[in-house]
This record gives sequence, C-alpha cells and structure tokens, in this order.
Amino acid sequence: MSEPALPQLVADLGAGRIRIVDLTQTLSPEFPQIVLPPEMGQAWPFRIEEASRYDARGPGWYWNNFSCSEHTGTHFDAPIHWISGRHLPDNATDTIAPASFIAPACVIDCSREAAADADFLLGVDFLRRWERRHGRIPAGSWLLMRTDWSKRSDPVAYQNLDATGQHTPGPDTDAVKFLVDERQVLGFGSEAIGTDAGQAFHLKPPYPCHYYMHGSGRFGLQCLTNLDLLPPTGAVIIAAPLKIKDGSGSPLRVLALVPSPTGTPAPVAKKGRVRTKCPKKRR
Amino acid sequence: MTRPLVRPPRKNPILRTRVPTLPPGGRSRVAHGLTAAAARGQFELQVCRDCGTVQYPPREACRKCLSHRLDWRAQDGAGELVSETTLHHSNELFYRDRIPWRLGVIKLDSGPVVIAHLHGDCPPAPSPVHVRAGLDKAGQAALIAVPQKDTPNMADDRQLREMTCDPKFRKILITDAKTALGQALVEAIVAAGADLIWAGYAEPWKKPPGFERLSKLSPVSLIPLDLTDSRAVKNLAGEIGGRVDILINTADHHRTYGIAAREGVEVARAEMDTNYFGLLRLAQEFAPAMRARGADGQSSAVAWVNLLSIFALTNFPPHGTYSASKAAALSLAQCLRAELAPSGVRVINVFPGPIDDEWSQALPPPKIAPERLAADIVGALKSGAEDVFPGDIAQEWQARWRDNPKALERELALTPR
Amino acid sequence: MSARAGYDDVVVACPTTLPYVRYSIRGAHWFLAGALAELLRRSGIAKDRVDGLCVSSFTLAPDNAVGLTQHLGLTLRWLDHIPMGGACGIVALRRAARAVQSGDADVVACLAGDTNHTDSFRQNLATFSQFARDAVYPYGSGGANASFAFLTAYYMRTYGAKPEDFGKLCVAQRTNALAFPTAVMKKPLTLDEYLTARVIAEPLRLYDCVMPCAGADAFLVLRRREAENRGLPYARLLATIERHNAFPDDPIQYRGGWALDCDEMYAQAGIGPDDIDVVAAYDDYPVINVMQIEDLGFCKKGEGPDFVRRNTFTADGSFPLNTSGGQLSGGQAGAAGGFLGLVEVIRQITGQSLGAKVPDARLGLASGFGMINYDRGLCSGAAILAAGQ
Repeated sequence: MSEPALPQLVADLGAGRIRIVDLTQTLSPEFPQIVLPPEMGQAWPFRIEEASRYDARGPGWYWNNFSCSEHTGTHFDAPIHWISGRHLPDNATDTIAPASFIAPACVIDCSREAAADADFLLGVDFLRRWERRHGRIPAGSWLLMRTDWSKRSDPVAYQNLDATGQHTPGPDTDAVKFLVDERQVLGFGSEAIGTDAGQAFHLKPPYPCHYYMHGSGRFGLQCLTNLDLLPPTGAVIIAAPLKIKDGSGSPLRVLALVPSPTGTPAPVAKKGRVRTKCPKKRR
Repeated sequence: MTRPLVRPPRKNPILRTRVPTLPPGGRSRVAHGLTAAAARGQFELQVCRDCGTVQYPPREACRKCLSHRLDWRAQDGAGELVSETTLHHSNELFYRDRIPWRLGVIKLDSGPVVIAHLHGDCPPAPSPVHVRAGLDKAGQAALIAVPQKDTPNMADDRQLREMTCDPKFRKILITDAKTALGQALVEAIVAAGADLIWAGYAEPWKKPPGFERLSKLSPVSLIPLDLTDSRAVKNLAGEIGGRVDILINTADHHRTYGIAAREGVEVARAEMDTNYFGLLRLAQEFAPAMRARGADGQSSAVAWVNLLSIFALTNFPPHGTYSASKAAALSLAQCLRAELAPSGVRVINVFPGPIDDEWSQALPPPKIAPERLAADIVGALKSGAEDVFPGDIAQEWQARWRDNPKALERELALTPR
Repeated sequence: MSARAGYDDVVVACPTTLPYVRYSIRGAHWFLAGALAELLRRSGIAKDRVDGLCVSSFTLAPDNAVGLTQHLGLTLRWLDHIPMGGACGIVALRRAARAVQSGDADVVACLAGDTNHTDSFRQNLATFSQFARDAVYPYGSGGANASFAFLTAYYMRTYGAKPEDFGKLCVAQRTNALAFPTAVMKKPLTLDEYLTARVIAEPLRLYDCVMPCAGADAFLVLRRREAENRGLPYARLLATIERHNAFPDDPIQYRGGWALDCDEMYAQAGIGPDDIDVVAAYDDYPVINVMQIEDLGFCKKGEGPDFVRRNTFTADGSFPLNTSGGQLSGGQAGAAGGFLGLVEVIRQITGQSLGAKVPDARLGLASGFGMINYDRGLCSGAAILAAGQ
C-alpha cells in the first residue's frame, strides 16, 4: 500500500500543479430563482439585510443576515428532496455520508447543442459517443452536463421563461436510467436552474433526473459555472452541503481540483466553440 | 384669469434648497371634525340636531340653543364673498415665502361666516363663490373659496396648488407598473402631464401583455425594482431618489388564503415582505430626500401614495393573511404620514375594494376596473384628498365601518368560502 | 330695562403712563410694577393702603393677577383680572368703581401693561383664541392686520370711505403725538406718505397699523374724600357702558356694541354728544375710529366719512381725538392699549396733559374695543367722565 497522498496534495496545490476551479455562482439578490405556479409553495430568492456597517448599529463591525431557499443559487439536492427518495436511509443533508462530498467528475460538453436548442435533451447515444472518446464513466463519479448556460449573464435569458414555462437543457429519461443503472454515478450536475430540463414536466416520468437520481439515493448539483474550464475527465469535485437538520439541500461552494501538470494558468475554452446554426456565407 | 402652469426651468444646482415650512397647524379636537371630512375630500360642518343651526368655527355646543347634539354633515359650500384682502405681510414663514396671498370672508348660504383662502379667479366682493374644504400643507383642514363655475386652468392657481398634489410637470415613481393597475396608472399619469415616470417592475422574466408598450411612451423609463430586495431599493434611491416628486407604491402581493386554508407561513410572509416590509424599505430609502424637497419650487416633492385595500380596515377572512398585511401597511403608512408631516409631503392612502384582476377572480362583482382605479388615484392627487375609497365596494364598506365596525366584522366573517 | 345706578362719590385719579419702548428683555411684571410704583409715588399713597387690584396683560403668563399679588407684595380685599384687550380700561374702571362704591375696597390700583420681545407678537397671535387658532390664523397668519383689512374694505365699499379719510385721522394723531413726550413715533407724517406707504394687507398700508411695544398704563379708583385729602386731581364717572358679542348675526362687523347702549349712556350722564370736549377712541386701525364716532352718537351710521371730512382732530381741532397720539402714533403696549385712551382723557379733563392740551376740557369720553376672537371685536365699552373740581 502506498502512503496517503495528502502531503503531496498540499505540495501540488501550492506549486500550481493542481488548480482549484470555482464552479459556484455568486449568491446575490439578482440571481434568478426557480419559479413555480403561484399556488405552490415558492423557493425564496437570496435576500440579504445589513445588520450593521461600522455605524450606530455596530460601530466596529459589518455583518448581515440573509435568507434564501435550500435550493437557491449554486446548490446541492439531497435524495429526501424528491418523493422517490423520501424513505431512503441517510437521505438528508445532515445524514449523507461525508465521503460522498469529494468525488471525481465527468464533464459532458453539450454546449453546441444547447446553444442551438434551449430544450436540448441529453440522450444515451450522446453519452455512449462521449465514452468512445473519453472512456467509460466510472462508478461514483459526478456526471456534469456542460451547456455553457452559465455564460448567460442576463437573468431573464438565464431563466428563459416564456408562456409555456422554462426552457433549459437537461437529460432525457433513458439517459438518466442509464447513468443510474448502468454506470452507478454519484449524481448529476447542470448549469441551468434544475438538473432536469426546463420542460421535463412533460417527460415520462415528469422530472426523470430528480425522480431516478434521488429515488436511488443519488444527488444533484445545479447552477454550476465554469464547467468549460474542466477537463472531460480527471477533475475532482468537492461539494459539501450545509449540515441542515433534515435538509433537502443547500447552497454550497462547489470546487473542482484540476490537474495542471505544467503549473500553467487555466486554459481558455478550446474546441466546441458555439456556432450558429448555419455557417456564415462568405461574400 | 389663472395663468396656465408652465414647465419650470431646471433647478440651479448650486442654490440652497428652500427648507419646507408649514402654515399654523394647531387645531382643537372639535375642529378636527373638519379634517376628517377634508381628508376624504368632503366639506362638512356641524349641524345642530335640535334646532338645525349650522356652526362655524367648530364648537362644543350649538351657538343658538346650546345643544350638545351636533352632527357633521356635508355642505354644498355655496355662499357670498362679503369682503376680501390680499396680504403683503405675514407673521409666519410659510406665508412670508408665498405673499401676496388672497383671503376672503364668505357668508355661506347655510348661515355661518367663514374666513377662507381665495382663489385668484373669484371676482371682487360682493360675488357668489363656492367654498371647498381641503388639506393645507400642514395636513390640517382649510377652506378655500373658488369661482362658482370652473374657470380655465383653475387647478393651476398658485394658492390652490398648495393644497393639491398635481402631477403636472412632476417626476413620478410607480413602484409596480406591470400589473393591470400599474399600466393603467402609467397611462393616466402621462395624460396628467407628468414630466417623467419611472415605471418599476420586479420579476423581469414575467412579461405581461401591454407592459413593453409602456416603454414607448416618451416620459416613461422602465426600471427594475424589487421591493423585497433591500439593497436594490437603496441603490435605486441613490440614483433617482433626489428627483422623485410623487411616489406611488403599487407593489402588491395578493394571495387568497385565510389561516386554515394554507399550511405554513411562507405565503403570508411573502405578502408581508412586499406589502409591509416593501413599504418600510421604500420609506427608509426614499422618504428622506422627499422630506428635504417639500418646498423645492413648483415641482416640489409633494405626495406619497400607498395602494392599500379596503381589507386593511376590517379583515376579509377569505383573503385573511393578505388583509393583515394591508392592515400592517396602513399602520406603517400612518407612521410615514407623521414623519413626513413637517415637510408638507402628503401621504395618500388608497383603499379600493376588489380590483378586477386575477386575485379577485373568485369574488363576485362589483369589482373596480384598473382604469377606473387609476383615474381615482390621479383624481386624489389633483384634489389633495388623503384617504381615498375608490369604487362602490370601498365606499360601502367604509360607510359600514364608520357606522359600526363590529357589525362589519361579523358581516365579513359570514362570507361564504 | 332697569335704570342704572350712578357712581356716587367714586372718582378716578393719577393717570399714569410708564414710557413705552419698542423691545425689552424684562417681563410684564417689571412694567406693571413700575406703573404701580409710579402711581404710589405721585399719589403719596402707601403700598399697603392699596387694597384692590385690577390687572390686564397678555404677557404675564403663566401668571395672572393672583401671581402678581405675591410678586409685588400686596395683600388685597379685592382682585380682578380683565382679559379684554382694548376694552380692558373701561371694564377695569367699571369693576373697580363698583367695588369702591360698595365698600368692598377703598383704593383700587388699575394696571395694564406688557413686555415685548422680538417674537412676542407672533407667539401671542398663534394662541390668541380657540376660534383664531382653528379658523383664522392658519389662513395667511396676517394677525389683526388681515382681520381689519376685511372690515376696512367692507366699510369703504359700503359707505364710500376713501383712503384719504383714514389718512386724515392718522396724520392728526401723529401731530398730537409729536407733542407727547413718550410717544414712540417721533417723525411727522404727511397725507402723501400715508397714501404711498407700503401695503400690508389691502387696503391697509403701513401707517394704518400700530407698532407693538412694551410699557404700562395705570390709574387709581378711590373715594372723592380720600382724593381731596391727598390733593389729587380727580375725575367723576357720569356713565359707563359695556357690551360683548353684539350683533352676532351681522355677516361682517360694521358696527360695535356701543350702538346698543349709547343712548342710555348719554341719558344717564345727562348730556349729549355735542357736550363732549375730548374723545379717546380705541384706534388699533383708523376704520375703528370711524366706527366708534358713528356708534357713539357723533353722527349716523354711514356718515363717518363725511364727519371726518368736515372736522379736524388735533387737540386744537373741532373734534379733539386721541390727543396723545393714540396707539397709531403712541404705540401699543399690549393691554396698555386698552388703558391709553382713558388715561389720556383723565389727564385732559383734570388739567394734567403731558402734550398738546385741549382748551377748557371738562367732559371727556373714552371708548374701548377689542378681542378679535374670530372675525370681529367682541368687547366694547365706553365711559363719560367729568372734571372733578
């Protein structure tokens, strides 16, 4: 048995051989929040109230109180969040084994497809094509669907609501079942609001990613960013939700440890540049 | 002849802003019977139930028969101007800044003699005039005599304008311009001659029909505004607060639950966060600048309008938590009124009955159309009333409430669910 | 109506004026004490001989006559406080005379005085009366200037009075004042200056208005025997009248309470208006002078302008009026304005005038008016006095 690699990890981090990529959106009141029909209970958007700022309310200090939903901003979904996972053991944020909070990740680049179609559904064929290039998806990995959706800085465009609801990409039912049954992933992560596609209400079953992932004791990550800075394989994700008693999820800091053998800065986005549907005709 | 108002020149930015002063505001308790009616835009005087004598100034016993049974009753205000003067000197700062100032002695057809402000278009004495009651800059009832028949540009009379909150040539913030009422209000304020309207909207992903059209109206500027976000309110106040002359708070979170019909406090909390805390945030951030500009020239800061609800007076149990949030807002609006009083900025509370919108869909008619409600709000600004009850339901419930609030409570409790 | 009782041997003596000043840092107590001290000094009466006191003041608060007794060290059998403004002199005289007549007091000092700080006037106006606070002061805060502007405009329109008519009275009173040693107005006034002075409240201009100041006036009421024993010149009371809230249904005030009682007054005195040698009318505004001339029987209602045009009003004129300059030129020391005219009439008919002397003045009429509670002066009164010896 080799020695634990922790001292090496510290040294590699210090030398830049391992970089940390922040996959987390900033929590602010402007960040869009999932919208349910008005008759349903709503998730609170992020709100922050100043308690004092070096003033009469507290001369030497600055602090705030904030409020939000467990599912605000970049956040973690626990199995108890969905009806299909409600009875599983250790299914809440305070009971999930902490070993799950550090895991490798596979990053599936769907950015071109998502740019062309906001309702793009990731299917099994797409996954198998990815595996032919990058190898079999290991058990216990996160499956992160890169769509570059986080580059939409206008909240209206990010939410992408119209009269028929939200239009954001996600996995189809078969892809989810494949990831759960055939690949035993740790969980599914996405850049938009929701691990499921915006129109997943109309799939069978509705919201298949939530249904099958949480129903099998697996997890979700939403509103991730900077997935375009991750390699298809090899990144290690640290994603530890707040230890809320009986919590269904929480906003959290999601960090990726990424190998950088030459100690160079983060690569710019490479192939898979977003194209419009038709290439421009030359004059 | 009253000269029509013209757009004032731009304010010279290096000159000190005139500090607001007020006309004398002391009144006896019995005189506040006049204030209560003037707040609703009515002119009422005491009438002796035993001998019918009409009393003025307000008093504790009939001046003819000493009866205590004096009832406040509506007056038509017809009378004759007996004598007049124009002041060129005053003992109070408020009037020193506003002389010359015309005053009249009027003998009302109903009997009493009143001293009143005199509109510039009233012919010299002796002449027939019409006496109205309004609120002066101190927020107290004051009488003004106007010509018997309307004259051109009558509302632009310099003295009458001290009692009203006319939107003409002013800059208006409407906090939620997206609802049907908000859109109708934007149009009504544009028609009233406002210079600039900031049309606020939250939840930018929701685009109701008609909203984008508003941005095409030339005085209108669409601005994001979410009253549940303290920092956003503060930042907006930093940008535009010093220019707002009239603030109309139309933001309204309306759900249709009592206590038992909904588990959890989250819906009620959302109602409070917009309807009560939203008002508090707005008041903290926007009131200070408006307070300082209460006497800032022709386009001074002049009014703060709160869209409340007739449900604020007595709880409507089918919309019970909403009613409670509106009651909380009403109480806070009274606090705001007291805090703004020294500046002369009027707080106008509007108490409509059910508005003909989605949240009152299950309530039977009569419901007030957004266009009619918008017109009533603009009417209140132009007349200077501070308690406004638009529409038939509001008028009736208010009458029932004043007559016997406990009976109204029982009547509303019997509303079928 | 029952016949009114006469005043037997009750007399009034020691007409006293403490010189007026525009502003003072002293309290009203200072001026009232000064007037009392002057009364005692000139009469030779000891302070503890004074057993009755009548006080009028607007700025004595929080004290009234009660506080003054202890403040000035007086032990009294009779005490009154008369809050009747310009009528307080006549009313004090009536009260004190009946007290002495009935034996309730032997020597009554009647005092009226006020201080004047730079903000006194405005403070007094704001809380003058409930009706003023509720229904007058909020409208322009013009004070009495506005109230009398209404009356003057109405009177001019109804009876054809012209600014020149009022100006004539003001100019004459100024002439009288120039001879009076302590009048606050010391420069002559021409009719042209009067007519072109700055407008205060149309139609009133600057010289239609009195100047508020600080000061006090006083007199003694006692029995004739005591006045004679002390060698004090004195005047007898032939008749007095008093009326409050007269003609309440007049839409605006164009006549005062004297009109109701004037005939009875002359009947009781046994004389007519033509017998009067010197008149003091309460002159806060010239229109009220004209109203008093009419209502006290010197001409019919509405003939005032004509009367003014036909007469002259200096001490040597055909109708000597306000011969010390009145308030219009003498200044209004608050409640002392209600004493000023009475004190001057007493001086003239007892040969003690300080300024221009009315020749052979033996019968005088002093009139009081005041207290615009709402839209009209509520208090009125008058007294006819005759030279004692």
